[in-house]
Amino acid sequence: MIDLLAHLKTMLSAAGLSGFESPIREIVHEAWEPLTDALMVSKIGSLHGLKTGQGPEPRRRVLISAHMDAIGLMVTGIQGGLLRVTQVGGIDHRILPGQLVTVHGRETLPGMVVQPPAHLLPQEAGDGPVALPYLLVDVGLHPESVEEKVRVGDTISFSQEPLELTGEALAGHTLDNRVSVAATTLCLDELNNRAHDWDVWAVASAQEEATLGGAFTSPFDIRPDIAIVIDVCFAKGPGSSDWRSLPFGEGVGLGYGPNIHPALYRLFEEKAKAFEIPYHRDLMPKMSGTDAMAIQVVAEGIPCMVVGIPLRYMHTPVETVSLKDIRRAGRLMAAVIADLTPDALDQIQWEE
Amino acid sequence: MTKKLEISAGQVPEVGASQIALLEKLCNAVAVSGDEHEVRQIVLEEIKLIADEVRVDALGNVLATRFGRGENRVRVMLAAHMDEIGFMIVKKHDEGLFEFERVGGVDERQLPGKSVMVGREHRPGVIGAKPIHMTTADERKKKIEVSSLRIDLGPEIGDQVKPGDRAGFATRFEVLGPSLRAKALDDRLGVATLIELLKHAPDQIDLLAAFTVQEEVGLRGARVAAYALDPDMAVAVDATPAYDLPHWDEDDENDRFNTRLDAGPAVYVMDSATIPDRRLVNWLVETAAQEGIPCQLRQPGGGGTDAGAIHKTRAGIPSVSVSVPIRYAHTAASIARLDDWANSLRLLHSALSRVTPGLLAGERRD
Repeated sequence: MIDLLAHLKTMLSAAGLSGFESPIREIVHEAWEPLTDALMVSKIGSLHGLKTGQGPEPRRRVLISAHMDAIGLMVTGIQGGLLRVTQVGGIDHRILPGQLVTVHGRETLPGMVVQPPAHLLPQEAGDGPVALPYLLVDVGLHPESVEEKVRVGDTISFSQEPLELTGEALAGHTLDNRVSVAATTLCLDELNNRAHDWDVWAVASAQEEATLGGAFTSPFDIRPDIAIVIDVCFAKGPGSSDWRSLPFGEGVGLGYGPNIHPALYRLFEEKAKAFEIPYHRDLMPKMSGTDAMAIQVVAEGIPCMVVGIPLRYMHTPVETVSLKDIRRAGRLMAAVIADLTPDALDQIQWEE
Repeated sequence: MTKKLEISAGQVPEVGASQIALLEKLCNAVAVSGDEHEVRQIVLEEIKLIADEVRVDALGNVLATRFGRGENRVRVMLAAHMDEIGFMIVKKHDEGLFEFERVGGVDERQLPGKSVMVGREHRPGVIGAKPIHMTTADERKKKIEVSSLRIDLGPEIGDQVKPGDRAGFATRFEVLGPSLRAKALDDRLGVATLIELLKHAPDQIDLLAAFTVQEEVGLRGARVAAYALDPDMAVAVDATPAYDLPHWDEDDENDRFNTRLDAGPAVYVMDSATIPDRRLVNWLVETAAQEGIPCQLRQPGGGGTDAGAIHKTRAGIPSVSVSVPIRYAHTAASIARLDDWANSLRLLHSALSRVTPGLLAGERRD
């Protein structure tokens, strides 16, 4: 049995900004080692875990893609012992002032993002939300030791500790998308107890938040017959109440739109119903904003499904998720994969 | 009556591991203006064996006296406020979400994406923000209104949290090299300083320590504390912003820094609430010079401390303020230098040791 909360907290404490995934990759490697038959690292830094199927060779392959990279900041300059920064991944600058961070310099340095007073900024820059180029990071050290320990290009992670709220809700940074890595771990664990014909390739992908680099390259290596992308989706909450948002903690999202193969959608919906796993159709009329955007168009094209874990406050350090939905996502993926027969691909067709 | 601790009277207080541990406990407690219970309990516990008299007054101030020895003792009031900025839960919504109001001066831009502790049980909650994916470029040019924010305590919070409960930022105290990073350094630095000064009170004065309430909502505790203690003079011990950050334009000098880190305790010559008695300003500055203690004059300007209420109480009480410079006051976390705190404590102790009736003899003069 996987201790989901402990596994998740270990992952949340690891750094791993897009392009700098080594710390989180090592942790996922450790978690997947007992659950897989082989592990390898792709040229771009994604982790590939193979769990061999029991079907006759040549076996079909299903790829699960859960990106492990985090959004964060990067040092662009040092001025008077304070750091100027830019963003890695999409961050609303309005959530930055006062955030606690960890600067990955020659030493690991705790620090915080600070908003200078208006009189130190260009006219009008200080009245409303202060734009990112004007924000600073303070590590509490004297200027000369900052110069020694920090260089331009060093990455900066959020350092908000995970918080357990009521009702199995967990808040913290980088739940996007470590919760999906955790769901993949649960899925692999469940598949240890269930026969499956297909080879399962679990991928903790790199650089989703920046370039989709992992999602473009791993499927090329692996050449899966189908791909399941698992990522967070929007949960209803303050400021997020329209059709794009699913109820919080009340089931997984099943992506529906151009990035998703309709036959795979039907397969997931059937399995969710059969196993009484609550779900909501997650409408994605254009791009899904996930690894599926890349995977779908790798090589000659790959049928994709997107499974979503509803999350509040996406891309803030207090992203909030329900552990229930993580477990549901893991169970659903395992249920689908265990039932993939050697000739299941015949059903994944476009005839209406 | 319990026997008092006499071990340390008159010795010069220092900032070491036990003082930092006390400050950590004080900072991690939540005491939003009007609900100072947690800090009051820590203070009472710390001073019960030191002070000659301790009482909690009608507003919740802790008033402690340590009497000196000999004749003609000057009655010196020291004030440090126990309260901090924070929030009150004002309305319950569905799904574990609560509307809140700010207590004290909190910049609304400091709220989105923060963790908070709610109520006496310190229940964890978060103030989220709309995902960036759902915002427009125009929207991101405007502040996120407080009225649109909620404290999220999870779907099964039930009645464990109610309107009226207070909440504070959930930042944990941490030492960063030469610095301290914590919430509420304004004014737990002052509270810790007062506790140390009570422990090491010089003998020739009566030390009247006021751990005040409601400073952040209008200096209300200090007013009645000063009336009750009826001192000859008063010093507000607080924390004040250090805006000593680089100017955006590297060619432009930051000449409005208020105070600077590493420059020692800040002595006030004027703020928006008080024009201190210049005899007391000189007393502090001269003490610093003679003792070789770093010390800076706070740039005259806005802001205010408990001295703003104290100096106008009764027929007037000569007052001054001394603050530890801190960066980022009234946000989730502030940064102060350990050395500035230690020097504040040294300066106050040295200055108190030099107080004589002559200091305030005669009329106020500039």
